[in-house]
Amino acid sequence: MAAIAEAHVHAADHAHHHEKESFVTKYVFSQDHKMISKQFLITAIFMAIVAMMLSVFFRLQLAWPGESFAILNYFLGDRWAPDGVLDRNMYLSLVTIHGTIMVFFVLTGGLSGTFSNLLIPLQIGARDMASGFLNMLSYWFFFISSIIMLSSLFVETGAAGGGWTIYPPLSALPQAMPSSGLGMTLWLVSMAIFIASSLLGSLNYIVTILNLRTKGMKMTRLPLTIWAFFITAVLGVLSFPVLFAAVLLLIMDRSMGTSFYLSDIYIGGEALDPVGGSPILYQHLFWFLGHPEVYIVLLPALGISSEIISTNSRKPIFGYRAMIGSILAIGFLSFIVWGHHMFMSGMNPFLGSVFVFTTLLIAIPSAVKAFNYITTLWKGNIIFTPGMLFSIGLVSTFVSGGLTGIILADSALDINLHDTYFVVAHFHIVMGLSAIFGMFAGIYHWFPKMFGRMMNSRMGYVHFWLTIVGGYGVFFPMHFVGMAGAPRRYYQYTDYPMFDGIADLNVVITYFAILAAVAQVIFLANFFYSIFRGQRAVQNPWKSNTLEWTTPVEHLHGNWPGALPEVHRWPYDYSKPGKELDYVPQTVPLDHDEEEH
Amino acid sequence: MIEKLFIVLIVVLAVVAVAQIIRLSKVSSVLSKKREEDFSPIANKVNSNLMIYFMVFMFAFLIWHMVAFDDVLLPVAASEHGVKVDNLLNFNWWIIFTVFFVVNFLLFFFARRYRYDPNRKAYYLAHNNTLELIWTIIPSIVLVVIIIWGLLTWIDITDEPGEDALVIELYAKQFDWTARYSGIDNTLGDVNFTLITAENPLGIITADGIEVKLKELDEEIEKAEMSIRNEVLPESRVKELEDRIGMRRRQKSKVLNYRDSGRDFQTAYDDVLVKGEMHIPVGKEVNFQIRARDVIHSAFMPHFRAQMNAVPGMNTQFTFTPTITTDSMRVIVEDANFNFILLCNKVCGSAHFNMQMDIIVDSEADYAKWIAEQKTFVPAEPVRAELKEKVEVEGTIAVN
Repeated sequence: MAAIAEAHVHAADHAHHHEKESFVTKYVFSQDHKMISKQFLITAIFMAIVAMMLSVFFRLQLAWPGESFAILNYFLGDRWAPDGVLDRNMYLSLVTIHGTIMVFFVLTGGLSGTFSNLLIPLQIGARDMASGFLNMLSYWFFFISSIIMLSSLFVETGAAGGGWTIYPPLSALPQAMPSSGLGMTLWLVSMAIFIASSLLGSLNYIVTILNLRTKGMKMTRLPLTIWAFFITAVLGVLSFPVLFAAVLLLIMDRSMGTSFYLSDIYIGGEALDPVGGSPILYQHLFWFLGHPEVYIVLLPALGISSEIISTNSRKPIFGYRAMIGSILAIGFLSFIVWGHHMFMSGMNPFLGSVFVFTTLLIAIPSAVKAFNYITTLWKGNIIFTPGMLFSIGLVSTFVSGGLTGIILADSALDINLHDTYFVVAHFHIVMGLSAIFGMFAGIYHWFPKMFGRMMNSRMGYVHFWLTIVGGYGVFFPMHFVGMAGAPRRYYQYTDYPMFDGIADLNVVITYFAILAAVAQVIFLANFFYSIFRGQRAVQNPWKSNTLEWTTPVEHLHGNWPGALPEVHRWPYDYSKPGKELDYVPQTVPLDHDEEEH
Repeated sequence: MIEKLFIVLIVVLAVVAVAQIIRLSKVSSVLSKKREEDFSPIANKVNSNLMIYFMVFMFAFLIWHMVAFDDVLLPVAASEHGVKVDNLLNFNWWIIFTVFFVVNFLLFFFARRYRYDPNRKAYYLAHNNTLELIWTIIPSIVLVVIIIWGLLTWIDITDEPGEDALVIELYAKQFDWTARYSGIDNTLGDVNFTLITAENPLGIITADGIEVKLKELDEEIEKAEMSIRNEVLPESRVKELEDRIGMRRRQKSKVLNYRDSGRDFQTAYDDVLVKGEMHIPVGKEVNFQIRARDVIHSAFMPHFRAQMNAVPGMNTQFTFTPTITTDSMRVIVEDANFNFILLCNKVCGSAHFNMQMDIIVDSEADYAKWIAEQKTFVPAEPVRAELKEKVEVEGTIAVN
């Protein structure tokens, strides 16, 4: 361990002496974690724009089924939106690719890739990641998989359209739907590469956190961001390979005549060969990743908000150890709850009971986290930066969305809500909104660290308020659509008199979705303007305790110009009694008679 | 109406947003002396007030939905277990709404109440074991109740059906449903997917069905062999045809196995196949056996609080007892055209959104009358005649 640290010091010295870097090594094939983090962020923002636009497209169809929209024809062309009316196969592709991009490319690759990369070395006091090369590889795999995923939208038979969970046999048989052809192949290839990227990143994060902490940075002095990234990486390393296996077996079923997931199928006028496989096997493999994935998406956001809420309440995070404990508990439990996605799959009902029990247990650590956030605000001295607003918004969505999870975890109640819009509403609030709020919070908060400039906070405020109104405006009504019994992934509901009532709700939802989409334009303008023209940042703009704010504003390969900082205290000494300032950086030694916390 | 309300809402929001921006830009030069950089006390005040406004908006928005869209929700459960499900759901809602309002209130209220004040210092509170214990234990107790109640309901629903439950098969394919009634013997005839033909869409195994299929398979094999022998084909095409021949041969041997098994498959002969609209009797336990032909579908009957996936290669089931007839339900929901419905709830392809079947819940007498009128499953007539001849000649296959 010491040897590695030593080697890094030398590496840093080395870098110092040869600061002249070519454009390619500095901006393209960079091995510097700060640059890689920016690469991840910009790629993810681009992917998010695409996925958001796709969602607006299908929301138009859901609100005004069968109506003509010039914008659909403009973007999707005559093939997929003849006369401006969305094609029904394309509808399914849009839904699928929206989900895939948001879950994997924005909230997994984008969120972890950006903030784990940026903050792990900076907050633990390391010169860089344990392996800069693997880190670079991780980004470029991510980039390639993004390109492949996007290119699948341009395939003649359409992008993958079986929902982001791509259950076989639908996804295994091109006869079942046109988009299960080349579009699905590209989806699978893209995901395989994405998984490689995610694993390279996660391994790097784990090794870096365990081995490269600076002197005095005990595990119990790590900021909660790092704890969250650490557990996230562990979850990723343990669960993504299972998805890789699932994807691989599906590829074999599709093109090599195996029958892992296929059995007794008659389609396209003929009986197929495969016998003995089980579609349920795929679901088990998929959700063994799929559920931890929820926390892979959510935990970094929770870590980010913990840090920001504490800093801007000028108050220690309440229950630091309980927060770590609940992250660990959530991480562990997330591996034994996947079956709650499969209550209606035909799985043995007794097995369902076990999953009901384990799933509802997750509510306990989640409740602890929510209450700890609120207690942190209590008697604080709160400064509403845009990052803080988004963090508070996150706590709200985490609670509001998490609560409906109690219903869905109950198999008896899931019978009638499974695969309805109630589920869509639930996971979009608890996972979608919370995680994207965490990501926005992180961007506003660490923008000065990334780009050396401040984002405009007024635009940030407007962005936040419109986004949270838009977000809740979209997903509250969606619960009612689900409670009315409306299944998800329906192209239109006009064929059912029983769904006449939800037509109005669908219009409301779409208006709010458009509002939320427009609000993001404010963010984009602010983000790109501020990169070049934003107000110059000072070294520690938020008066924060963590180590990243002890580095110079100008980026430096190796992060600290001199020796690595030494850590003497936990990161949450805000408003400590007996101190003159309301913050005490981690590098300040404890006073003679001072207790740590 | 809703659109108008919405427009009002948007306008209000826009006004708030614009007002805020104007207010902020006026004071943007005024910076606090204590905290330089990007901190404006007025902005802080506005944002803290917006916390409360937003909370009110959010609560009002939700409550308005609950009032305005109450009639959109599903009507009263039309099955025995459905009532229990709804009770459990309502109990959950009470807990959830309580926590939702209390926690969101505390969150936004604290955010407003403890906004930055240069004359105050935040209260240094790192942890408090008693508090943390309280909010670990109270949720745990509530969850224990939820879990126990939930599991008892679940066990009750998924219990084995009674001996005299009416057995009906729901068969899903892209993109429609077929219901198969098990007839006088209340036993469904055996099925196999290789026996599916145009006349036998469910692949029910019958003696004449086997002969039809064997003929079909033989013809296909022969045709493919002829192509290979007589036509000039690229090698890949030949390979493809050979694969196909192999597949059909394997399927043929399976079909032959059925023929040679010596079984008479008589349970199939009284089965009734129904499309478009199915009937079930009120007050009688119905055991749905669920299957799929091509991809995963899901048999969703929201009015009965019933759902189960239809999985190719696997049998699933769901049992419930309908308690309200279609006629009574039409009175309850005040809609003379109301129908119970079976719809597909697992994405299954391009027409997934319109894969439905009406369910009519009859009184026992009406149901008995209806089922008596249905034709039992028999293979197409000419085939039957041919088969009879064959039976007379060979005398091996018994048909009644």
